[in-house]
Amino acid sequence: MTGAAGMPMTASAAPPRPASAPAARLAVRAAGDDLVVEFGGDWKNAPRAPGVADLEAQLAAGPHAARWRVVGRELGPWDSRLLAVVLRVVERGEHQGRTVDIRGVPEGLQKLVRLARAVPERTDVHRGTAREPWRQRLGEGAMARARGVRDVVAFVGECAQGVGRLVRGRAQYRWRDAWVIIQESGAEALPIVLLINLLVGLILGFVGAVQLARFGASIYVADLVGIAVTREMGCMMTGIIMCGRTGAAFAAQLGTMKVNEEIDAFRALAISPTDFLVLPRVVALALMMPLLVVFGNLMGILGGMAVALAMLDLSLVEYWNETVAAVTLTNYLLGVAKGACFGILVAVTGCLRGIQCGSNAAAVGHATTSAVVTGITAIIAADALCAVLCNVLGI
Amino acid sequence: MDASIPTTPTPKIEIRHLDMAFGPFVLMRDINAAIRSGEIFVIIGGSGCGKSTLLRHLIGFLQPARGDILYDGRNFTAAGPDERERRLRQFGVLFQGGALWSSMTLAENVALPLAQYSPLSQAEIADIVRVKLALVGLKGFEDYYPAELSGGMRKRAGLARAIALDPEILFFDEPSAGLDPLTSQRLDALILELRDSLGATVVVVTHELDSIFTIGDRAIFLDARTRTATAQGHPRDLRDHSPDPGVRAFLSRRDVLEGIATPPAPAAPDPIDPTRL
Repeated sequence: MTGAAGMPMTASAAPPRPASAPAARLAVRAAGDDLVVEFGGDWKNAPRAPGVADLEAQLAAGPHAARWRVVGRELGPWDSRLLAVVLRVVERGEHQGRTVDIRGVPEGLQKLVRLARAVPERTDVHRGTAREPWRQRLGEGAMARARGVRDVVAFVGECAQGVGRLVRGRAQYRWRDAWVIIQESGAEALPIVLLINLLVGLILGFVGAVQLARFGASIYVADLVGIAVTREMGCMMTGIIMCGRTGAAFAAQLGTMKVNEEIDAFRALAISPTDFLVLPRVVALALMMPLLVVFGNLMGILGGMAVALAMLDLSLVEYWNETVAAVTLTNYLLGVAKGACFGILVAVTGCLRGIQCGSNAAAVGHATTSAVVTGITAIIAADALCAVLCNVLGI
Repeated sequence: MDASIPTTPTPKIEIRHLDMAFGPFVLMRDINAAIRSGEIFVIIGGSGCGKSTLLRHLIGFLQPARGDILYDGRNFTAAGPDERERRLRQFGVLFQGGALWSSMTLAENVALPLAQYSPLSQAEIADIVRVKLALVGLKGFEDYYPAELSGGMRKRAGLARAIALDPEILFFDEPSAGLDPLTSQRLDALILELRDSLGATVVVVTHELDSIFTIGDRAIFLDARTRTATAQGHPRDLRDHSPDPGVRAFLSRRDVLEGIATPPAPAAPDPIDPTRL
């Protein structure tokens, strides 16, 4: 690619350039009492030009002079690389207390140098790199956690008050929003809920079939699958799916509204964002989750049944009767009720993280992540609490 | 209007019989313009008339319903993907809100186009990034994230990114929208300085009268009623001598509907742009 001899080798990725382009040159020399920094050649098309490091090296080796002159000699077209180097000459010279004369370079370049130096560097804005002592970080972390807990409690309280207003018919509420959300989080979520619960039923069926067949107790696969699905797995899996699907969507929606100042617009009109945005979502999920759990339970039992019938020597009627005998109404209702609780948890955590969202695009991503993490944690924790309570109460 | 273009052999940008449409809805019909190299060309018109849409057509984000856009006499509308990409590298675009990538610091924002499209080393890129940020008056803010800056600073940082590759053509979408009068004046001065020293061609969408008269060499007025470009020329000439009363009214801040010739406000225009409320 290089044309004339004596040029530095070009990088292979360099853009094509005229064969006659003379290489970019930089020279530092003494002229009388002055130090002259001379630039020449083509600084635009040359694939490689002397950089700030080359300049520093040459200046360090150059003669001592009180006045520096920057001149262009046979200087062709140039781009920002030349500007960067010239600017460094000026800064360096002034730093060392020299007079720097740049009248020898093209006028456009002089203008750019002046423009770049028009606003002095703000030294007060540089980032402190020093780390705070660990005690301070620990304390600040603990206080941030405490604030987080307080925010959660305040938000839950606000939601509870909102529900109170809703029951008394005083909430600023748009049922039209609730219907849309009910459709989004109900009917549109059904396929994925059915699929996942079917697969969980299959897995439970497999595990049960392999283990129980060794004891000749293969009929109890029906008990295992039936009770596990209706009491625990159905509602929990549905809750987790809805958390990843709908809770994340709530957080992203409200987070984006926060970024667009839409939530502030509600506040400015003295409309409670909790009533207007959070309540419809909480109500929708509280209503839809039990229904989804009902369908999910059915699919889970079907999945287990399919495995049992395929792997074990059981008939459909036997399996069905065993399931009906094992699954009590208490188990079933417990699962459905937990479903409603999980729905509320998912909606509240999703909306909470959305409303807490910061004011830029990255914050929406954080809010969504945080909504899913918080939601799933809340679901599992609530389920564990429920298991302990049921044990104590003998349910 | 071709008479206004003297002997320049090929204009830098040429718009020929451009129709802009969204599906069956035609926004503007038969726009013609030739933009000379080194000129600051202002696209003006009321809100919703298609100023930003015209800009997006020029950049190639939108396909014309009819007509062509030529750069240096070469057809951009019909260009293949390779040529289009080459051409795009000669553009610098400043979006309305700056459009900085929020997950990157200012330095990283400015460095990305350089790292993508120039054969420069890391050290050279770092030097150029410093220079570009210094040019827009943001020296020392290299390690800041866009979210930590004010709107005006974000816009200037966006400008630093737009000039990262020493573009031949700079596009500005409402550069002074949402800025206080002083900041927007400074931005105008910066645009003029950059045009003079970089020698770039500049296309600006704006409806700030102050900017139009300060920086505009030539303006095109898009009329939402007639759905076409009704006037072209130097902004002051348009204001004083345009045959179209709508153009004169727009540029002298008179209400067209009243038809009363209230004298143009002599003082600085109010900082709040009524069309953005």
